Amino acid sequence: MDLTYTPEQENFRQEARQWLEANVPSEPLASFDTPEGFEAHRQWEHKLNSGGWAMVPWPVEYGGRGANLLEWLIFEEEYYRVGAPGRVNQNGIFLLGPTIMEYGSPEQKVRFLPKMASSEEVWAQGWSEPNAGSDMANIQATAIADGDAYVINGQKTWASRGAYAHWLFGMFRTDPESSRHHGLTFILVPLDTPGITVRPIEKINGKKAFAEVFFDNARVPLDNRLGEEGQGWSVAMATAGFERGLMLRSPSRFQNTARKLVELYRKTLAAGGFVDPALRDRVTRCWVEAEAYTLNTYQTVSRLMAGDKIGAEASLNKIFWSELDIRMHEAALSLLGARAELRPGAPGADGVDDWLDGFIFALAGPIYAGTNEIQRNIIAERILGMPRK
Amino acid sequence: MEFNFSEDQQLLQQAVRDFLEGECTPAAVRELWETETGRSKTFWSQLAEIGVPGLLVPEDDGGLGMDERDMVLVLEEAGRAALAEPVISTAAVGVPLLVELGELGQSGLTKKWLGPVASGEAILAVGHAQSPFVADAHVADLLLLPQDQDLHAVERGDVTLTAQPSNDQSQRLFSVDWSPSEKTCVAQGTEGAALQGAAFDRGVLACAAEQLGVGQQLIDMAALYTSQRQQFGVAIGTFQAVKHRLANAKVQVEYARAVVYRAAHSVATGSPQRSTDVSMAKVMAGEAALFASKEALQVHGAIGYTYEQDLHIWMKRAWSLDLAFGTSAWHRARLADAIIDGQAPASAFGYCAPGS
Ligand SMILES: Cc1cc2nc3c(=O)[nH]c(=O)nc-3n(C[C@H](O)[C@H](O)[C@H](O)COP(=O)(O)OP(=O)(O)OC[C@H]3O[C@@H](n4cnc5c(N)ncnc54)[C@H](O)[C@@H]3O)c2cc1C
Repeated sequence: MDLTYTPEQENFRQEARQWLEANVPSEPLASFDTPEGFEAHRQWEHKLNSGGWAMVPWPVEYGGRGANLLEWLIFEEEYYRVGAPGRVNQNGIFLLGPTIMEYGSPEQKVRFLPKMASSEEVWAQGWSEPNAGSDMANIQATAIADGDAYVINGQKTWASRGAYAHWLFGMFRTDPESSRHHGLTFILVPLDTPGITVRPIEKINGKKAFAEVFFDNARVPLDNRLGEEGQGWSVAMATAGFERGLMLRSPSRFQNTARKLVELYRKTLAAGGFVDPALRDRVTRCWVEAEAYTLNTYQTVSRLMAGDKIGAEASLNKIFWSELDIRMHEAALSLLGARAELRPGAPGADGVDDWLDGFIFALAGPIYAGTNEIQRNIIAERILGMPRK
Repeated sequence: MEFNFSEDQQLLQQAVRDFLEGECTPAAVRELWETETGRSKTFWSQLAEIGVPGLLVPEDDGGLGMDERDMVLVLEEAGRAALAEPVISTAAVGVPLLVELGELGQSGLTKKWLGPVASGEAILAVGHAQSPFVADAHVADLLLLPQDQDLHAVERGDVTLTAQPSNDQSQRLFSVDWSPSEKTCVAQGTEGAALQGAAFDRGVLACAAEQLGVGQQLIDMAALYTSQRQQFGVAIGTFQAVKHRLANAKVQVEYARAVVYRAAHSVATGSPQRSTDVSMAKVMAGEAALFASKEALQVHGAIGYTYEQDLHIWMKRAWSLDLAFGTSAWHRARLADAIIDGQAPASAFGYCAPGS
């Protein structure tokens, strides 16, 4: 155990910092859940990729810089430190990318990873269906092999950024006789395929954050299958491991929020007026918990670099970050008092920052990526060994 | 940057775990509760054979010359087994304090005591400003006691002890009546205060490490019990209301773990953030252990509320450790002073705030 950075790691940090400081947009971009914001974010990703920083842990030939996971963490720290834009292609680079790295054929890696890194192709995740939410094994959309193609029918829903994305990675039933997690296959689907209709869904703040996707005899090449036919569940569990356990929410995101929260507390106190005395402790606690999350992630990364794999403990992670995110935003709204309600742009909204939108987004954390109740079931059964039935 | 423990460290942890599983059974713990001292000479000399009291004693003085990164795993095991011996006062706090005193010119004292401590013949007790009591003073041969900023070394023959029976029968607390003199004073002024501060922080870390083990043990006991106990024709562990309580406790324990290990690193390397880091560790691990104790009791039902069932051995550890070396409220206040008011160094791990 040695919690100091090597000179190489420090150099890597400096290199990332210099590039980011020179290139990060000076003004915040519009939300990527709007058409103009989506394009602005894609342009930023394009620039990031040109600098070789889109996905540092990937091999150079796929647009990465062959960095290890620790360097990825360092990059993420620098990324949040300079306040760089959110990652519009996060479902691609953080979830599908690592899955392709593990299960993809050499051709698939070459075909998909570079365009993912540059966000030329932005990805949506197509797992949920109207009748397959927490019960994902109840997926009903079918993909039936016919000649050189799968013919897809059915419906997906809640696909984040589906309103604007180019591709969707989905789970479909390739064996119509099968049930539960058997007979499912992981398929990569171009959203401009004839027979596909994308209908945006507005989330509670009115933004078109996700979409439902209808399939009516949409033909997708057999080569677009990721992993073996009928093995979709195992492939998807690998994706879910990255999603819940490591990449989707890197710790510096929360450290950054915690830092802003401490600053907000100091500023509010200095301005005079009423501040709930309990907030001193709540704010401190948020900062401490962001540290706990960070240290846990460093420990996980050390473990993975020593050859271990992410397992059921990803569920512990998902609960911790999602609930911490809510607590941090709640504390911030409490500090803002009456002004917490103001929409950005209201004349009195100076200094309210994006805490309200952040809060609304944080509220979804315990729902997406598998609800926290489902994570608790997994922890109890797979980590604590409690009986299923 | 390496967060993993070395193979040697893991072997040491395993050796301690194996020993405690064999010897420090709940029945053995209860047996000691009934004795006058609550401590076992046999146990202590067996622990000395594996090297526990001398873990932090330099090799030249007969110890293993290890640091807090090794000790933290041993203490975790001590918590898991509810070991009542004076590992914290002697091995985790007393020894490094003696070593530091030696570096400040008290080499006579250090030479006299470190060898016997490492071999298991001598026991240390350490007082600190956050508690009016001194733990394990009754079995200590040498007491290291604060008097304002100064630090004094007093042998047991020169103090009068009043037992303060404690709810956790594994804990033995005493009021100590003694007279500071020039002869007993071993460090003064700012030097003395710095030594006191370092010793206190080591105690905080040690408690946090034990709390990790206590929390994990409570969860394991509850998971096992609820997998076996049947109601409504099924194991009660199949009910989500039961599962989710223990899952929540597990989240808390696991998110305390890395914080405790980092605190061990900070103490071992003399980080300027040492005090902040150990406070974080104690708050996180302490609250996790307290939470686990409540949830474990609830899912046991009435049997867990009995003296006969072993659960309360660990529940009581969780309660007493929360109050030892600063209550969690005290540590939360210290953290707020550091994080919000900048009174002590506290910088985010890895991430550095703009302008810092
Ligand atoms: C912002 C956002 C973005 C999303 N993005 C995507 C995406 O990109 N792609 C995608 O495929 N999906 C996405 N989802 C969908 C998400 O994965 C599902 O909402 C989630 O899996 C829950 O399914 P559900 O909404 O049908 O709720 P339900 O499954 O109906 O659950 C409702 C409630 O019942 C509880 N419940 C259900 N089953 C159990 C059980 N066995 N034990 C205990 N409690 C249970 C749940 O925990 C929840 O509290 C997104 C959701 C949100 C909110």
